[in-house]
Amino acid sequence: MKISGNVHKYGSNVDTDVIIPARYLNVPDHAALASHCMEDIDAEFPKRVQPGDIMVADWNFGCGSSREHAPIAIKASGIAVVIASSFARIFYRNCINIGLPIMECPEAAEGIEAGDKVSVDFDSGEIVNETKGKTYHAAAFPAFIQDIINAGGLLNSLKARGLAE
Amino acid sequence: MGMTMTQKILAAHAGKDYVCPGELIEAKLDLVLGNDVTTPVAITEFENAGFTKVFDRDKIAIVLDHFTPCKDINAAKLSQQARNFAKKHQITNFFDVGTMGIEHALLPEKGLIAAGECCIGADSHTCTYGALGAFSTGIGSTDMCAGMASGRAWFKVPSAIRFYLTGELRPWVSGKDVILHIIGRIGVDGALYKSMEFAGPGVASLSVDDRFTIANMAIEAGAKNGIFPVDEKTVEYMKDRVSRPYTVFEADPDAEYEKTIEIDLSAIEPTVSLPHLPSNTRTVKEVSGMEIQQCVIGSCTNGRISDLRIAAKVLEGRHVADYVRCIVIPATQEVYMQALKEGLVETFIHAGAVVSTPTCGPCLGGHMGVLYEGERAISTTNRNFVGRMGHVKSEVVLASPAVAAASAVKGTICTPEDL
Repeated sequence: MKISGNVHKYGSNVDTDVIIPARYLNVPDHAALASHCMEDIDAEFPKRVQPGDIMVADWNFGCGSSREHAPIAIKASGIAVVIASSFARIFYRNCINIGLPIMECPEAAEGIEAGDKVSVDFDSGEIVNETKGKTYHAAAFPAFIQDIINAGGLLNSLKARGLAE
Repeated sequence: MGMTMTQKILAAHAGKDYVCPGELIEAKLDLVLGNDVTTPVAITEFENAGFTKVFDRDKIAIVLDHFTPCKDINAAKLSQQARNFAKKHQITNFFDVGTMGIEHALLPEKGLIAAGECCIGADSHTCTYGALGAFSTGIGSTDMCAGMASGRAWFKVPSAIRFYLTGELRPWVSGKDVILHIIGRIGVDGALYKSMEFAGPGVASLSVDDRFTIANMAIEAGAKNGIFPVDEKTVEYMKDRVSRPYTVFEADPDAEYEKTIEIDLSAIEPTVSLPHLPSNTRTVKEVSGMEIQQCVIGSCTNGRISDLRIAAKVLEGRHVADYVRCIVIPATQEVYMQALKEGLVETFIHAGAVVSTPTCGPCLGGHMGVLYEGERAISTTNRNFVGRMGHVKSEVVLASPAVAAASAVKGTICTPEDL
């Protein structure tokens, strides 16, 4: 599958408290979470973001709390993929589990700037910065994780394997 | 090739003789934990997926601690959803107002986690239980849901960094200063995806509470878990709490570590983390005189009885500075009761502090001490991210109970020796 969209760019150590502040965790409605996504570091994001847009960040994206509300807020904002130099581990798991596509690629994270138009091929891992004419390759997922993604998330994969009823 | 403690626990729970770093495994779980923020999301997933049964009602813990006693109508709805699920599935270890405490202080106290066990929790500070020689790690709501349904979780076996501790802590220096010092040295992603394994002769001098504090903040270095060897103090802690058999795992002498970092405990000074990252550390000396408007003493990091004893020792016969609010939050009912018996609560109230029922409350800007624009708190909690305790233009400085209490008295950041 191939997608393309405009980039929203952030720095290193973007934590889940700024992705979705705790004051909004009392309403786990997806659209409500999206309406406050990133607002503490980028107040305009909820208004600016368009379906299919791409989020790009530097190191350790999603650090901090385990709140799944964070990837849910990003996904419900319409973001099609998050590309970062690296992800915090709980956030990484949560994205795999809920089906928010993520890609680890330090070169792309460094080269891509806010407002660039970027296209991503999930099958090949190819990331193309169409604005700057540069191509990058993200690391492939291990087969075990790719199987979870292919099954449509963790819960579907458990059901398919008869491990829960 | 030998294995680390973490490798051994994961291998045992995956039914394997050996696991290597990077290997993806599925492990059996001894405990699955959630709170009032993360459990409702897991329950919705559980029901949407059409699951009807939990894998073992004795091996699930649901603790309503973040926004409780409920701060507003929406929070009350979340608690009710968790409460109804606990009733329906007869969850043995369900803790509501009256029995609840802050989850990571409560579960070890209740003996729900023991050495050698494997635990996941839908709260990032689940890594706390590594203090008892268990493998425990934070996960999200979907993993919690999967864990409740299947009793299993997938893990990438982490590589490890060994922290070799020597020496003994100086007076007024605690586990909090140790972990802030470490995070300051290695950074907020210094142990990303890895296990932080504590070892060396210095371990013996650390109290179990200090170990809880240190393991609790492993996540602030990006770690998957933090883990301590089991010694006499650990066994003593578990003696009257854990009645089931447990297994003590020891790292092999030829276990492989990515690196070893030596920490001389006697060289660590009272340390704080300035806004807005836990790695932004300074010694108290370097920031002495910085004004604060609020002091929070509590949380899963530092709300245990030993923390309150230290704070009371500092506040005894003294008074909180004018225009400073000091909020003390015992982490559990047992801690609260003990603090009452020892007269600590009286000391706090005489000193002009308030004492709250157990709650995570202000740590995440939930309630019971939210900050306004331009305000700064010194806090024994674990995160000082932008807007963490309230207004996006408020600030949190992380500190030990000794430094927080002393700063509340002076109104500026200092150690008890500066009073």
